[in-house]
Parts: sequence; structure tokens; C-alpha cells
Amino acid sequence: MSEAGLAVVTAVENVAERLETERTRLTELDSAIGDADHGGNMARGWAAAAETVGELDDPDPATVVQTTGKTLLSEVGGASGPLYGGSLVFAAAELDGGVDRESVVGFAETYLEKVQGRGDAEVGDQTMVDALVPAVHTFTKSIETDDLPPGEALAKAVDAARRGVAFTVPLRASKGRASYLGWRSVGHQDPGATSTLFILETLAETAQTLDIDVPDTADATSPTIPEAEDTNG
Amino acid sequence: MMIGVVVVSHSKRAAEGIVEVAAEMGGDTPVEAAGGDGQSGIGTVPDDIEAALAAADDGDGVVVLVDLGSAVMNTEVVIETGDTEAVIADGPVLEGAVNAAVAATSPTATLESVREQAEAARAVDKL
Repeated sequence: MSEAGLAVVTAVENVAERLETERTRLTELDSAIGDADHGGNMARGWAAAAETVGELDDPDPATVVQTTGKTLLSEVGGASGPLYGGSLVFAAAELDGGVDRESVVGFAETYLEKVQGRGDAEVGDQTMVDALVPAVHTFTKSIETDDLPPGEALAKAVDAARRGVAFTVPLRASKGRASYLGWRSVGHQDPGATSTLFILETLAETAQTLDIDVPDTADATSPTIPEAEDTNG
Repeated sequence: MMIGVVVVSHSKRAAEGIVEVAAEMGGDTPVEAAGGDGQSGIGTVPDDIEAALAAADDGDGVVVLVDLGSAVMNTEVVIETGDTEAVIADGPVLEGAVNAAVAATSPTATLESVREQAEAARAVDKL
């Protein structure tokens, strides 16, 4: 199995384990302003994803991410299925050429773009976007401007997401089911922003534990395209 | 060939009931329902939506009426990743489905004309 593919499988397994641990916490948050199914949905969906990617034969990172997204789409109920799963399916294409500094930024930005487009949510609507926007912007800046290694950039993104989650508490929800509550949503931490943070924290811990070396370019894992033969003669 | 109509609701019974009303008005128009979480609960499942789109597609495409939240998002994902040409009509799900099923019976119906008629249901006054 490719080292990068194996690392992504481990990350998915770790996320599944973390969300199982946080099942009650997420459900409590969701029962205050939603329908109390976020904890169960996320735990079940990621457990199914971990099982499915564990059975892949020597997968590349893009395949692991895409398989995870597809499994979440069919296994996670509610809006989290298309938001988490659908967005991963599209963002996975950014990793087709392998994992490098450029492709991980492309992945993060495409994922954010899909989540925002799907839910039509902006920062301040009390949704997962409140955690995701600062996280992705921090990640991109840390790599592109500050020239940090992706592992450190991810750790900074987690800090940004944590501040974003805290920021959802005083907000009034204007997207998603909580928006039906109007002012009663004020004072509650958003479950989707919280699960986004849990996932990012787990990814950062996994990257640190595995001490993954993300290359500047993905030459080693890029498919070699043979030169086209001239068949017109 | 005809434009098809699909109704996606969080409730299987709501989707089927709306299809029942629309099909009554829509003559030969293929009208299909997708709804529920697949375990007799409330929700929507992308695979079910994809199957309904395929069943309603006669080769000219499908106009989809949706209820709320994840029904909209799951339908969008299925359209973007799937094989059936389909568009979501942004209108009330029952009135829009009836309008769409009727509009699809026109010999000059297109995906766009059927969607327009479904969306025109937003302006229907009842009193």
C-alpha cells in the first residue's frame, strides 16, 4: 500500500474513533437547536467509511478520500451527508496527482467552496462554515505565505477552527434547521462547526503521530503519462 | 420522449402522495417519488433519488421538486455526480409537481419550460 494512501486510511479510522467518543456531546449540542441526530449520524457514517476504506486494495489518497465521501453520502442522514460526503467526493479530485503542498491547499479550498456553495452559508450564519472558513484560510496562508510545513499549517488551522466554534455561540442561526428557532438559537454552540473541529483536530493529531512528510511536489506518486505516439502517419 | 418529474421529500409517504396528485393531472408524464431515510424514518437518501431520476427519465431529462434542507442538498449532489440530466425547480413541492406534470404533456415541452411552469407555482393564490 502506498504510504500516503495508508496515512489517509489511518486518518479516517482515527476520525471514526473520535466521533464515536464524541457521539453524546454532539447529540447534546444538536438536541438544543436541532433534531438530536448529529452525534449518531456522524459516528455511524464515519464508522462505515473507516470499514470501507480499510478494505481497499492498495489505494491512493484520492481514492480513499473519494470512497469516504461516497460512504458518508449514503450513510449519514440529514444535511451532513451531502455537506461532508458530497464535498469530500469533489475535493478528492484535487489529490489525483498525489499529496503535495499545492494539492493539499487545493483540497482544502475546494472542500470549503463545496460546503459553502451547497449550504449557501456565510460566516456568521451559525453553521460549520464558521469553523471551516477561518481554518482553511489559515491553512492556505500558513503554507503559501508563511511557508510552514503542512503539518504545522494544520495545527494552526485547528486553532482557527476552535475560535470559529466559540464564535458560533452568541450567533443567531440563519441557515439550517436551527434557523427555524430564530433568537432561541442564540447561546448555543453549533454542532456542525463542532464536528468540523473534532475532525480537524484528529487530522492534525494523525499527521503529527505519523510524522508525515508532505513533499513539495508529488513526483513520486504522480502517474507517468507516456508520450503519445504519432498515429497519423 | 417526455420530460420526467421527480418529487423528493423527507417523508416517503409525502413524496408518494404528492406524486399521486401530480400523476392524476399529468397524463402520461413519468412522475416518480423519492423520500424517507430508507429505514421507515424521516430523511432523504441519495441512492433513492438517483433511482427515481433514472426511472422518470425518458431521455429528455427530469425536473425535480424538493422539500427542505437535505432533500435539496442530496438532490444537488446526485445531479452533479449522476448520469441523468436533471434540474431542480425552486417552487412549492406539491403545486410545483402538479404544474410540472401538466407542462410536460405539451408536445413542445423542454426541460426549461417545465421548470418554468413548476416555478410559476410560487405565485399561485389560493384565496
